[in-house]
Amino acid sequence: MINLRIDDVPAQAEPGQTILDAARAAGVRIPTLCHLEALCPVGACRLCLVEIRNWNGKLVPACATPAQEGLDVVANSDRLTSLRRTILELLFAERNHICAFCVSNGHCELQDLATELGMDHVTFPYRFPALALDASHAKFGIDHNRCVLCGRCVRACAEVEGAFTWGFAGRGVHTLVEADLGDRWGRSVTCTGCGKCVQACPTGALFEKGKITAEQEKRPALLAEITERRPRA
Amino acid sequence: MRRIQVLLCSGTACQSSGSDKVKRALLDELGSHDLLSEVQIVETGCMGPCELGPVLLVYPEGTFYVRVKPDDAAEIVSEHFLKGRPVRRLLWTEGAPQPQEIPFFSRQMKLVLRNCGTIDPEKIEEYIATGGYEALGKVVTLDPAQVIAAVKESGLRGRGGAGFPTGTKWELVRAATGDTKYVICNADEGDPGAFMDRAILEGDPHAVLEGMAIAAYAVGASRGYVYVRAEYPLAIRRLEVALAQARKLGLLGARIFESDFSFDIELRMGAGAFVCGEETALMASIEGRRGEPRPRPPYPATHGLWGKPTLINNVETFANVRHIVLGGAAAFAAVGTEKSKGTKVFALAGKVRNTGLVEVPMGITLRELVFDIGGGVPAGREFKAVQIGGPSGGCLPASLLDTPVDYDSLSRHGAIMGSGGVIVLDDATCMVNMARFFLEFTADESCGKCVPCRVGTQMMLAILNRIVAGEGTDQDLVRLAEIGDMMKNASLCALGQTAPNPVLSTLRYFPEEYRAHIRDRSCPAGVCPNLVRYVVVPEACRGCDACRRACPTGAAQGTAGKAPYRIADELCIRCGACFDACPFGAVKKEPR
Ligand SMILES: Cc1cc2nc3c(=O)[nH]c(=O)nc-3n(C[C@H](O)[C@H](O)[C@H](O)COP(=O)(O)O)c2cc1C
Ligand code: SF4
Ligand code: SF4
Ligand code: SF4
Ligand code: SF4
Ligand code: FES
Ligand code: FES
Repeated sequence: MINLRIDDVPAQAEPGQTILDAARAAGVRIPTLCHLEALCPVGACRLCLVEIRNWNGKLVPACATPAQEGLDVVANSDRLTSLRRTILELLFAERNHICAFCVSNGHCELQDLATELGMDHVTFPYRFPALALDASHAKFGIDHNRCVLCGRCVRACAEVEGAFTWGFAGRGVHTLVEADLGDRWGRSVTCTGCGKCVQACPTGALFEKGKITAEQEKRPALLAEITERRPRA
Repeated sequence: MRRIQVLLCSGTACQSSGSDKVKRALLDELGSHDLLSEVQIVETGCMGPCELGPVLLVYPEGTFYVRVKPDDAAEIVSEHFLKGRPVRRLLWTEGAPQPQEIPFFSRQMKLVLRNCGTIDPEKIEEYIATGGYEALGKVVTLDPAQVIAAVKESGLRGRGGAGFPTGTKWELVRAATGDTKYVICNADEGDPGAFMDRAILEGDPHAVLEGMAIAAYAVGASRGYVYVRAEYPLAIRRLEVALAQARKLGLLGARIFESDFSFDIELRMGAGAFVCGEETALMASIEGRRGEPRPRPPYPATHGLWGKPTLINNVETFANVRHIVLGGAAAFAAVGTEKSKGTKVFALAGKVRNTGLVEVPMGITLRELVFDIGGGVPAGREFKAVQIGGPSGGCLPASLLDTPVDYDSLSRHGAIMGSGGVIVLDDATCMVNMARFFLEFTADESCGKCVPCRVGTQMMLAILNRIVAGEGTDQDLVRLAEIGDMMKNASLCALGQTAPNPVLSTLRYFPEEYRAHIRDRSCPAGVCPNLVRYVVVPEACRGCDACRRACPTGAAQGTAGKAPYRIADELCIRCGACFDACPFGAVKKEPR
C-alpha cells in the first residue's frame, strides 16, 4: 500500500494506481476530461493537473501519474482552478461550442466542467474553424466542430472494441480524429457499429443519428462496465 | 609515405558547394603532373566554417584554403604542391595561412569535434589510429559501476537540451529492473538551422557508436538504436558504413573484446517532425505509433522503448563518453564551470562574420562566442541580440553579452542551452517579428495532443500577428505573458513548455519595441510591413521613374528626369514595390 497526502488528507493507493485513483478513493474531487475509467490514461487535456509540493511545486496530470509513497499533492487551489479555467476557455475558443444548438446540451462533460469551475466567459477570441460534419455512418455522426481531441473515441475503439477504427491525423491545431486513415466513417471496413466511441465521447462531437438538440445523453461508464466483466489476464 | 596530405572537407555543406568536383579536379591535376603517389587526398567531416566551403587543409604545414573552385586545382598543384608557394588568394585571411592563426579556430577547444575534419570518417582504421575503441576495450574490463562513477564524476550533462546529468541517468537505467534494456541515440536534431549532431555523425560516426556501446555496457543493454532524421542521407550512409566496419572487427556484435558483453545497433529513420526528438515521442515513433509525447513519470529509464528500461542520450552526449574514459573524469571536469563541464558544440548563424560549427569550453562568454570566434556583426550594422537554444530558446541583449555560456546562467536569463543553435541578430532585426517567427514554427510543430500547447501557441501567435500588423493593445502584452506562463507550467512536453521562451525573453529585454508597435504603430527596426513608411532619399534619387511605374496606387510621385521623387504616405499601401523597383536604392523604409 502506498501512502500519500492529497489536499492535506491522507490517501492510499495500490501499486500501479494513479494519483487520481488515490484521490477518488479518498473522496477528493479532481476534474478530468480526457481520462475515462477502463481506458489507458494519456494526460492530454491537462484539466487534472495537480501540484506536487515535494517536487518543487511541479504540475503533473493526476490521471497519468503513478501514486508514489510520500507525495504531498495539492489537488485544488486558486492557482489550479484558474489554470483549469484557462484550459477550458482555450477549448471553448478552439472550435465551435454554441451549446444552445448542440445535441449534447445539458449532457456534456465540457459544459459541466465549465459550470463546475465557474468558467462563465471566454476571454480568448473564438477561432470557429468551420470543420466538417460526417454523417455517412448509418447509425452515428461526427461533428468535428465539437471535438476536443481528448482521444476517448480512439482508445475506446482500440482498447475495448478492438476495431482500431479511429486515429488522429494532422498535428497541432489541425489535428482531427479520422476513421480508417481518412475515409468517411460510413465507408469504414473496420467499424463494427458498436457505438462505444459515441458513448465514450464527452461532448457533442460523436452522436447517434436522430438525436436533436439537447437529446444526446452518453454512457461513458459503459466501457468500465464491459471491461470489469471480462476475465482478467 | 606521401609528401603532402590534403584534407578535403566533405561535410554536407561543402559537398553542396562542390567538394566532389574539387576532388576530381585535384586528382586530374595530380595525375597530369604525375603526383598521385606523392599527394594523398583524405575526405573528412565538417571543419567548421561551412559558409566558406569547399574548404581544404594542406599538410604538413597546415595551409587552410577556402572557397576552392575546381578551376583552382591547377594553381594549387603547380604553385603550392610543386613550388611550395601557398596560393594567397585562397587563404581565409591574407597573411594567416594556418588555422591556428585564425581566431575562429584558435579560440575553440575541440574535444568532440577533434576528429571532425581530420580523419576519413569512412575508414575505421583512421578512427582507431586516434585511440578509437580503446575506451570500449578498457571499459569491458571494468565493473559497470566504475564506468558510471566515472561519468558521474566527469559532470557530463546531456547535450540534447535539458542538460540532465548523464551519469545519474545511466545509474537509473542500470538500477531499473528488467532483463531487456535498450540504448537509444537521439539524432533527430529538429532545431531549424542546427547541424551539430549531423556534423558529428558525418565526421566521426564511430565516436558515437563507441559511446553507445560503453553506455550499453554500463546500463546492461544489448541492443541499441540510432534514431536519425531521413533528411540526413550522408549521416545515415556514414553510420551504415561505420556499423558494418565495427561489426566486421568485432567491436559490435557478440562477445565484444572477448568479454561476455554483446551489443549491436540498428538505425531507425525519422520523418523530421520536431516533436519526434522528444524522447517519449521518439520511442513511440520507433514502436510504429504516432510520434506523440506521453507524460513522465514514468521515465524512459524505467518504462522506455516497448515498456523496457531505456537509456536515451543525444549524439554529442555519446561522443563525449570516450574522452571521459580515456582522459579521465578529472581532466574532463577541469574544463567548464562548476555545474557545466566540458565543451559544447554550437552552430553559429545569422548576422555574424564567421558562421559555422564551433566547439568551445563551457563558461566562455557570449561575447567571446559572438565577437572573438564569430568575428562580430558585419560592417555597417550593430549587434542587437543573440537567440540561443533554437526555436524554444531565448533572446539575450547586448547588456548580457558577458553571460557565461552554461546551462544555469542561460536559463537564469530566460534562454536555454538547447542543442546548440546560436543566431546572432543585428539592429535591422525586429524582435517582435522574430519572436513571432519562432512561435509560428512551434505552433506548426505542436503535436496537438495537449490543450495548453495546441491552442496556447495559436492564441499567442494570433496576438503577435495583431501586434506586427499594428493592431495590438497594451492588454495584449499582459495576455502574452499570461498564456506563456500557463504553457510553461501546464504543457505536457518541453515543446509546449518552452515554446513561449522567445516571446517571454523579448518581452523582458525589449519591452520598448513591443510598445512602439502598439502605441506608436511603429516598427523601430523598419521590418513590419504595416508599420513602416517608405521615403525617397532626395540625394540618391535620379528621377528614373521606376518607383512611380511600380507603385500600384499612385503613391510614388514625380516627373521623369526631375529628381527627387516623393511618396505620399496617405496613399501608400506598404506593398514595397517602389523599394524593390528603385535601381539606386533611393527608396528607404523607416519607422513610422
Ligand atoms: C520538442 C523536443 C525536441 C527535442 N529534440 C531533440 C533532438 O533533436 N535531439 C536530442 O538529442 N534531444 C532532443 N530533445 C530532448 C530529448 O527529449 C531528450 O531530453 C534527450 O534526447 C536526452 O538526451 P541527453 O540527456 O543526452 O541530452 C527534444 C525535446 C523536445 C521537447
Ligand atoms: S459539445 Fe458540449 S460544450 Fe460543446 S457545444 Fe456541445 S454541449 Fe456545448
Ligand atoms: S462504433 Fe465501435 S467499432 Fe465503430 S468506430 Fe465506434 S467504437 Fe469503433
Ligand atoms: S470525437 Fe469525442 S471522444 Fe473523440 S476525440 Fe473528439 S471529443 Fe474526444
Ligand atoms: S506540449 Fe505540444 S508537442 Fe508536447 S504533447 Fe503537448 S501538444 Fe504535443
Ligand atoms: S484527465 Fe488527466 S490530462 Fe485529461
Ligand atoms: S561542411 Fe565543410 S566546413 Fe562544414
